[in-house]
Amino acid sequence: MGKTLFEKIWDQHIVKTITDGPSVLYIDKHLIHEVTSPQAFAGIEKRGLQIFRPEQIVATADHNVPTLNQHLPIKEELSRVQVDTLIANCTNHNISLYGLGHPYQGIVHVIGPELGITQPGMTIVCGDSHTSTHGAFGAIAFGIGTSEVEMVFATQCLLQTKPKQMRINVDGDLKPGVLSKDIVLYILSKISASGATGFAVEYAGSTIRNLSMEARMTVCNMSIEMGARCGLIAPDDTTFEYMHGKKFAPAGLDWVSALQKWETLYSDDNAVFDEEVNIDAADIPTMITYGTNPGMSMAINGLVPSDTTMDEKDRASFIKAMNYMGIKPGAAIKGQKIDYVFIGSCTNSRIEDLRLVADFVRGRHKADDVEVWVVPGSKQVEQQAIEEGIDKIFEAAGFQLRQPGCSACLGMNEDKIPAGKYCISTSNRNFEGRQGAGARTLLASPLSAAAAALTGRVTDVSELSNKN
Amino acid sequence: MSKNKIDIIQSTFVPLNIENIDTDQIIPARFLKGTTRDGFGKNLFRDWRYEDDDELKPKASFVLNVPSYHGKILVAGANFGCGSSREHAAWAILDAGFTAVVSSFFADIFKNNALNNGVLPVTVSEAFLQKIFMQNSNALLTISLEKQTLTIDGTGDSESFYINPYKKECLLNGYDDIDYLLSIKEDIINYETHPA
Repeated sequence: MGKTLFEKIWDQHIVKTITDGPSVLYIDKHLIHEVTSPQAFAGIEKRGLQIFRPEQIVATADHNVPTLNQHLPIKEELSRVQVDTLIANCTNHNISLYGLGHPYQGIVHVIGPELGITQPGMTIVCGDSHTSTHGAFGAIAFGIGTSEVEMVFATQCLLQTKPKQMRINVDGDLKPGVLSKDIVLYILSKISASGATGFAVEYAGSTIRNLSMEARMTVCNMSIEMGARCGLIAPDDTTFEYMHGKKFAPAGLDWVSALQKWETLYSDDNAVFDEEVNIDAADIPTMITYGTNPGMSMAINGLVPSDTTMDEKDRASFIKAMNYMGIKPGAAIKGQKIDYVFIGSCTNSRIEDLRLVADFVRGRHKADDVEVWVVPGSKQVEQQAIEEGIDKIFEAAGFQLRQPGCSACLGMNEDKIPAGKYCISTSNRNFEGRQGAGARTLLASPLSAAAAALTGRVTDVSELSNKN
Repeated sequence: MSKNKIDIIQSTFVPLNIENIDTDQIIPARFLKGTTRDGFGKNLFRDWRYEDDDELKPKASFVLNVPSYHGKILVAGANFGCGSSREHAAWAILDAGFTAVVSSFFADIFKNNALNNGVLPVTVSEAFLQKIFMQNSNALLTISLEKQTLTIDGTGDSESFYINPYKKECLLNGYDDIDYLLSIKEDIINYETHPA
């Protein structure tokens, strides 16, 4: 029997399997950040252990960092303590840290790929659920808890049960203005926020093959929003071209032998998937969320579901979500007033996202009563944006280009959306209070976010383009 | 580092009949700034528990603020613990005095985090879950990890639940995964030298 892409990588990383129990999975790369690592370092020290393979760990500060005046000490004391604790831990344990002030600092899931740390065929973990992003390179990459961070510190291994296999095939041409974010929100609307729990999801099909690496990362990033253990895409020429010449990518003869290995990473024709989902790209509209989980998403031109046809059990959760959002069942979402626009996060903060937004808003200006934050995913993205003059376009449009970090995706720093306010956000979660207590989040693509910034309302980007 | 051993948990329960309870509800991101594992319980369900983010203003209708509901077992709707990988969610639940969470469906990472902290996730059928929700606030539930059963004491209704045999052994004995992984260090080093 053939193997899936996931199974090929999985089998190569099994140290041993416990009878009637999980397998011992070897981890190639461990990414860490300031929020989910301090207790793991403390745990190791309490046990009197050393970090087993510090050279396989890379650290950055992203969740807590301010996005303005990063050269100044962090004002918020608890955030500062967490970031300082990370610095001390990395120094004490000989771990590479790309912290504040470093030219490689940024969101952990942005810097891994852009530095070539993320490579096909690897197992990659991080104490962050959006680690699924790295699967875009054909790696098994998943988020772990702090106890598991400690296990990887101690042994470079984790105990894991093999997930079931799902393949989501997307085929055909996308409609104009439909982006990879729309693809993944559409999948979520079809299979729900728990539809892939217990599965590793491989994305395949011609539409996926035609996506750039950065667009593929956006899709894999939100695998966790379906409940999936991880998401992955078979590496191909697009992957290899993206990786070639990256700082930590193999070079010279190593590149040649790596390439030979990577070219074997695909699901065999006779591989067996426990579930397959087929999607026609032509059916995918521009999407937006209306509720309080990412599965509650819809066409931007559509109507919010009505509660009259729901069964009693579903209705309670639905009404709770609608009350929180201040959105009426059965209503249109287009035209909804927007107070904040957030373009950033590990889902959509890469240079392609910023270029797309800059091209769209060039020569235009944001609506008066909207605040627009663009938060690049890394120092390298920020630097590239400045070199390309994107910063000037944003400035002229009234968009604030800030400094790298997770920012308003989860509001751990000062970048919070006030209670009751509406934020159209390119991030990944619209949970209650995610962007600040009482904040109301509408998830959408960078283009839809940019369109809303210009009009101050939820806007179908294709209609706005037609007017020009 | 061994954890608390779990075998039989008999207790009243706290019902939270809401689906898709994500880890941002269990503990909002702004309370993740600790560098130890302690003290997260007071912020469990923070934004559902208090008005205006103010501990002095408990929301009377929220179940954790209803004095008749208490106990070591939290019972919640399907897809409990979805979202972020923050282990702080499991720490907050444990710190607030819960040693088991019952639902018809758990998110993957939360389930692992709970198990790694000696909080037992018990998956029951949706029908049985609804049966539990119909009980009054002084009803006792009994969870036997050894027998893998959950029983509503008053009615005698019982359902068995699945747990990975390895994890069961760990919980019954208070073992944790690191102890095991450290014990096979030679195998790991051998793997590094001769990968599969």
